[in-house]
Amino acid sequence: MLSGFELDLPDTLVGVLDLIADGRGTPAVPLAGGTSLIVDMRARRTMPNAVVWLGKIPELRGIQVTQDHVRLGPCTTVSDILNSDELAGSGVSLVRAAEAFGGQMVRNAATVAGNIACNSPASDLVPPLMALDAEVILESRSGSRTVALDRYFTGYKEDVRRTDELITGISWKRQEESSVDLFHKLARRKGDAITVVGVAVNMAVSDGTCMRARIALGAVAPTVLRAKRAESMLEGETLTPGLIEAAARQATEEASPIDDVRASATYRRHGIQVLTARLLTQAWGRLT
Amino acid sequence: MEVSLTVNGRNVSSDVEPRTLLVHLLREDLDLTGTHVGCESGYCGACTVHLDGKPVKSCTMLAVQAEGADITTIEGLANGELHAVQEGFWERHGLQCGYCTPGMIMSAAGMLAENDSPSEGEIKHGIEGNLCRCTGYHNIVKAIEYAAAKMRGDEPAEPEWEVSS
Ligand SMILES: Cc1cc2nc3c(=O)[nH]c(=O)nc-3n(C[C@H](O)[C@H](O)[C@H](O)COP(=O)(O)OP(=O)(O)OC[C@H]3O[C@@H](n4cnc5c(N)ncnc54)[C@H](O)[C@@H]3O)c2cc1C
Ligand code: FES
Ligand code: FES
Repeated sequence: MLSGFELDLPDTLVGVLDLIADGRGTPAVPLAGGTSLIVDMRARRTMPNAVVWLGKIPELRGIQVTQDHVRLGPCTTVSDILNSDELAGSGVSLVRAAEAFGGQMVRNAATVAGNIACNSPASDLVPPLMALDAEVILESRSGSRTVALDRYFTGYKEDVRRTDELITGISWKRQEESSVDLFHKLARRKGDAITVVGVAVNMAVSDGTCMRARIALGAVAPTVLRAKRAESMLEGETLTPGLIEAAARQATEEASPIDDVRASATYRRHGIQVLTARLLTQAWGRLT
Repeated sequence: MEVSLTVNGRNVSSDVEPRTLLVHLLREDLDLTGTHVGCESGYCGACTVHLDGKPVKSCTMLAVQAEGADITTIEGLANGELHAVQEGFWERHGLQCGYCTPGMIMSAAGMLAENDSPSEGEIKHGIEGNLCRCTGYHNIVKAIEYAAAKMRGDEPAEPEWEVSS
């Protein structure tokens, strides 16, 4: 049994923004798929006084692909991502993450904004989105702002979002033809397991030179993070096996994994090294 | 709060607290105890029902989130005769204690509605969100293969216990 709370189900975005600002005297917490929030409420990890459900506003869900941008509504589910033909052409790494996500019941309920806002270092949609240079759109009654996903998380379970702000969109630039984005999730078993190491890579190559390299790492630090020094070792270079190994080793230095019930820090570091090198090699191989 | 929804083809309304989970509305208010509660934390899948045709875990949803939705529980799956998945679990011994079974069957039925020719790997992917403490899953996979064959109008493979030796 959950402890009691007030619940509102507004059918407009303005209605939600009013309720999370001060609503009925106490700011309400947004509820999307509930696969994280309701589980946390059940375990008494969080006990909000007021909750506002986002599911009555159809405009908040959906995938828009324009000529140069992709935009996900906050309530787009993991299944929506998995079943999207459009994303298969402009965000394959995100589709891979959706495939490796939970089981089908969780995928049918879990949303992309919930995955970001629950602030877990093991959130699987975040590494691919971060490697795609995605931006998070935050709206409140006082206006809206856009924050690079890469700057969104500030520490373990901490982010830049004010409680009166709602994530109303996630967007990224469509990738050029000569680019590849990849994701791999390593976990104790293939299905429905929390990530031990997640690696996303995004690379663009022109005339045999790596023009853009992005490496985002999940579950190996207090937040998902980009291995920026490793990325800069690759940009402007012609990749060789030696350089890829060195960059992968650098990526392990940028992470700060912990020992926990799922894996040791040493194993996680090894996982970063192997997976980063493997994905970089695959990306480079496909583009050259 | 008042919630109105369709459950197994029947329109129902109930007065619930905001904190009432969908699984509790089904089991306690509507007396549909076929939907089980294993963990009440989203992990085990015993509480799986279909919401507008898609499998979801009814313990991670508030009852009021199902307002206006079409819910199918294990009680509503059979249509005069057993659903092919139910028949498969019967014919291929897909259960032991039966605790996970309603959820397993709802997941399998949801998966087969989208893909009636799943590979063994796809079947396992489909039931990733369901835990079974008894069977070791082997016969559950066989039961779902049986159901898939039935749904395609094919003859199911002989049971392994007939084939071996
Ligand atoms: C069995 C199981 C398996 C799981 N497997 C995975 C997995 O493989 N990979 C993975 O990454 N996660 C997994 N999860 C965790 C969870 O499902 C995901 O993080 C999911 O994306 C959360 O989304 P939701 O819509 O359910 O969020 P909710 O639970 O509704 O909300 C989560 C948090 O986000 C906030 N929030 C929601 N929407 C917004 C918004 N628009 N703006 C601001 N804040 C918002 C809520 O207030 C809450 O704090 C799993 C969970 C379970 C129970
Ligand atoms: S009871 Fe719902 S997942 Fe276990
Ligand atoms: S048959 Fe006992 S839990 Fe699956």
